[in-house]
Amino acid sequence: MSTRHVLLGLLAAGPCHGYDLKRQYDARFPQARPLAYGQVYTTLQRLVRDGLAAVEGTDSDGGPERTLYGSTDEGARELARWAGEITAPAPFVTNEIFAKVVVSILVAAAAARTGQGGPDAAAHLRAQRAAHMERMRELTALKAAPGADLSTVLSADYALVHLDADVRWMTTTTARIDTLTAEVHAA
Amino acid sequence: MSPSDEQLFPGETALITARGLKKAYGRTDALRGASLDLHAGEILAVTGTSGSGKSTLLHCLAGIVRPDDGSVTYGGERIDRASEERLGELRRTDFGVVFQFGQLIPELTALDNVALPLLLAGVRRGPAQQRAGEWLERFGVRGQADLRPGEMSGGQSQRVALARALVTGPKAVFADEPTGALDTLAGEQVMTALVHTAREAGTAVLLITHDARTAAYADREVWLRDGVVDPGADAVTVQEAARHEG
Repeated sequence: MSTRHVLLGLLAAGPCHGYDLKRQYDARFPQARPLAYGQVYTTLQRLVRDGLAAVEGTDSDGGPERTLYGSTDEGARELARWAGEITAPAPFVTNEIFAKVVVSILVAAAAARTGQGGPDAAAHLRAQRAAHMERMRELTALKAAPGADLSTVLSADYALVHLDADVRWMTTTTARIDTLTAEVHAA
Repeated sequence: MSPSDEQLFPGETALITARGLKKAYGRTDALRGASLDLHAGEILAVTGTSGSGKSTLLHCLAGIVRPDDGSVTYGGERIDRASEERLGELRRTDFGVVFQFGQLIPELTALDNVALPLLLAGVRRGPAQQRAGEWLERFGVRGQADLRPGEMSGGQSQRVALARALVTGPKAVFADEPTGALDTLAGEQVMTALVHTAREAGTAVLLITHDARTAAYADREVWLRDGVVDPGADAVTVQEAARHEG
């Protein structure tokens, strides 16, 4: 997720200071990792540097003085461009898991030649599947909790369908691991 | 030393224990030595591809089918050896079953479908219908009480079937692909209703599914492959089985 554009989007509602931006971000994207304050301020400074945001003043609200940031016209144009841009239908984590499976098969073959034990690709897939299922249980508990708001449900759903795609792929791959092993050895 | 059940589930004992279950249909081996524990109040998903033996396992555990070999113990009682009469009694009082297609009785209203197990257990009509109405309420289908199965959506029928499975206050509910015929949203409503109600009532659920998203509603998962519980998919079951077989 482009933190830069999401912060710019939050600024579209009106000037805001870093602390409130962080709070809004964490509330609107409960499944994302909470933003670090440092990242919020670094991102805001870069947005100002690039002319997409500007310092609009300060408020103290009885406490320490805080800088208010607002979006510029250029920032609004950039936001519209980004929001309308189609996200590349890129593969997600499957690629890394697939790479590990193939490497496991190669290493196991090399180890077998020297009479040593090597990694077990099928066992790796089982362990990966267990880790995926554990995360899916956490997300499901979050969205099925009484009173869960729709933002929480939809963002958990997004993660769940992607994890589910990985699990389906792992199931198919586990069932075909012997054929894959033969193919990797033959290549 | 492998961890015992007591270490992994402190204070819990298995409600139903299956050991080394084998079952063949003709020349096809559906189960080839499957072992698992269902603990009181837990929601356990049994997953696996088509033909892995999931439904046969459920049928053996629920006393619907007798295994060719192995044992099924419920509260200390060997139900794989129990009489038909005793199995019928267990299915009326201690076990509830839900299938992919609710299998409600088409001639009866939703209310009468849910009241039926209570009537069979000897409850009088008035109190049975009152309790059935309360269970329809819990599953959010009170408004459908007077409808017949053909007049309800798939999701509504399935929630009525769940109410029927839980109305007698069973210790365990066996659900075989309960969302298999539903779209995603209706399936989620059924699963949420099942999980919340089972937790409230302290009912154990054995949930058969091929779908990881449905399995994620459970507390844990065992993976069935070619009629046996896959090693590594569920450490407890494998260790338990090894201890038993060893």
